[in-house]
Amino acid sequence: MSNDDPIWILGTSMTKFGRYKDKDLIDLAADAALGALDDGGATIQEMNILAAGCLYEANGGVGQRLQKQIGQTGIPVYNVANACATGATAVRTVMMAIKAGEADMGIAVGVEQMGKMGMLGGDRAARSDKQVFEPSGRFGSVVGVEGRLGTNMMPGVFAQAGMEYAYENDGVGFEQFAKVAQKNHAHSVLNPLAQYRKEFTLDEVMQGEVIAYPNTLLMCCPTGDGAASVVLVSDEKLRSLPKEQQRRAVKVSASVLTSDPWTEGCQVQPDVNTLTRTAADQAYEQAGVDPKDLDLVELHDCFATAELRHYDNLRLCEEGGAGDWIDKGGPWRDGEIPVNVSGGLLSKGHPIGATGVANLYEVATHVRGEAGARQVEGAKVGLAHVIGLGSSCGVHILEKSGL
Amino acid sequence: MVDYLVLGDEPHLVANECASCGATFFDRRNACASCGARDFSSKQMSSTGTVRAFTIVHRAARGVPAPYVSAVIDLDGGGRVKGNVVNVDPTPEKVSLGMDVRLTTYVTATDDDGNEAIAFGFEPA
Repeated sequence: MSNDDPIWILGTSMTKFGRYKDKDLIDLAADAALGALDDGGATIQEMNILAAGCLYEANGGVGQRLQKQIGQTGIPVYNVANACATGATAVRTVMMAIKAGEADMGIAVGVEQMGKMGMLGGDRAARSDKQVFEPSGRFGSVVGVEGRLGTNMMPGVFAQAGMEYAYENDGVGFEQFAKVAQKNHAHSVLNPLAQYRKEFTLDEVMQGEVIAYPNTLLMCCPTGDGAASVVLVSDEKLRSLPKEQQRRAVKVSASVLTSDPWTEGCQVQPDVNTLTRTAADQAYEQAGVDPKDLDLVELHDCFATAELRHYDNLRLCEEGGAGDWIDKGGPWRDGEIPVNVSGGLLSKGHPIGATGVANLYEVATHVRGEAGARQVEGAKVGLAHVIGLGSSCGVHILEKSGL
Repeated sequence: MVDYLVLGDEPHLVANECASCGATFFDRRNACASCGARDFSSKQMSSTGTVRAFTIVHRAARGVPAPYVSAVIDLDGGGRVKGNVVNVDPTPEKVSLGMDVRLTTYVTATDDDGNEAIAFGFEPA
């Protein structure tokens, strides 16, 4: 297939535009998406990519929320925003994937629900101070569910994810999770770009203020500000540049995005594992690299409990063996596969939008031999991993240029 | 306090069960997230189960009394639900992975008209 081959619209649909009191944003998106699929005689299972354009809920994981209603197939989801050009941007995203040969079929959805900006509850409060229960939302809840029907806040969700691993495997407990934090805080001392650069004993980590057991304060990433960027160039273009630029270029051997496929219980407690395993396996195959070949890994340690699961998810250790692996020192900077020598999210920080590019910066810097005091000696290939709840997982594998 | 909790003499949970593949969901549905089919029936879930995962939340959302135990429960006969483990000390010594629990209900809030919002939780069985 060449870049000149046309791309076709197979099916299309739209809802009537108006004010919908009885439908929410995802109802509208589902109506349009299912309509387009039905019109084209296609199924959600056949789509290789989903682009969801929504401006006012651009940070609300609209694509994944749509999947959770019409089909969680694990495909890459791009939530896009571009002011009034948002919908066209969603279409362009699917077009580029097909042009690139990364998709045969994809679906783009544009949706907005601006009428909800004047909430019924808000109006009532303005008229009088009286509060009366009224069911709302897809669960018909009359009061907030957070804290009443379990927790869906980040520290608790990732704590439950870690505890599930402890339930399923031997040798995993509070101490193993705490060791992750001890490691990453120790690593950060060598990184001048880290938000925090202080070392702590294992005891200090475990005795700290409990946020959501087993995650104590030092086992939770901080909030903060920051940015990161990468400039990407085609192979043809690179070879036209001066030798020094070619030598310092870092090859992107794998670039993968997944969303969370349906698994038992996944809409009750997010499954952060299946989509990571899938992304990692696709990346290893794309790059022709084995986990054992990795010289360093920067993974998504939003909470210490999460990192332990990702040793297993990224196949850095034996299946079920993450507890044993950290006990043996596997992920330390002088261990079998250095994990988060930057200090990780726990110590380096996590300005959300920046993190998924910052870990590429870190791996690239080591692969170039330019990481200074924290340099992993002789690093030639590394993996960068991020995961956003909703969910989506990005995995990249970077290699020394050899040019 | 939610549509999927049915009160009465024997409070229980109900789910939407996909007519095609049997996947269950507690929310209002557009289609099945597992297989894409569009038809559902109502399924009564078991009121007993085991703790698959838990956390003890100390730093809670505003207005939520802490510490409390949030848990993912494997319901007997199939299905998974999230809820609080109640009627037990919220400590790692008293709550354990794999412990048997059963559904219970309690008043969680009252509105200005005196209407009570009833929540479900799970207590040691």
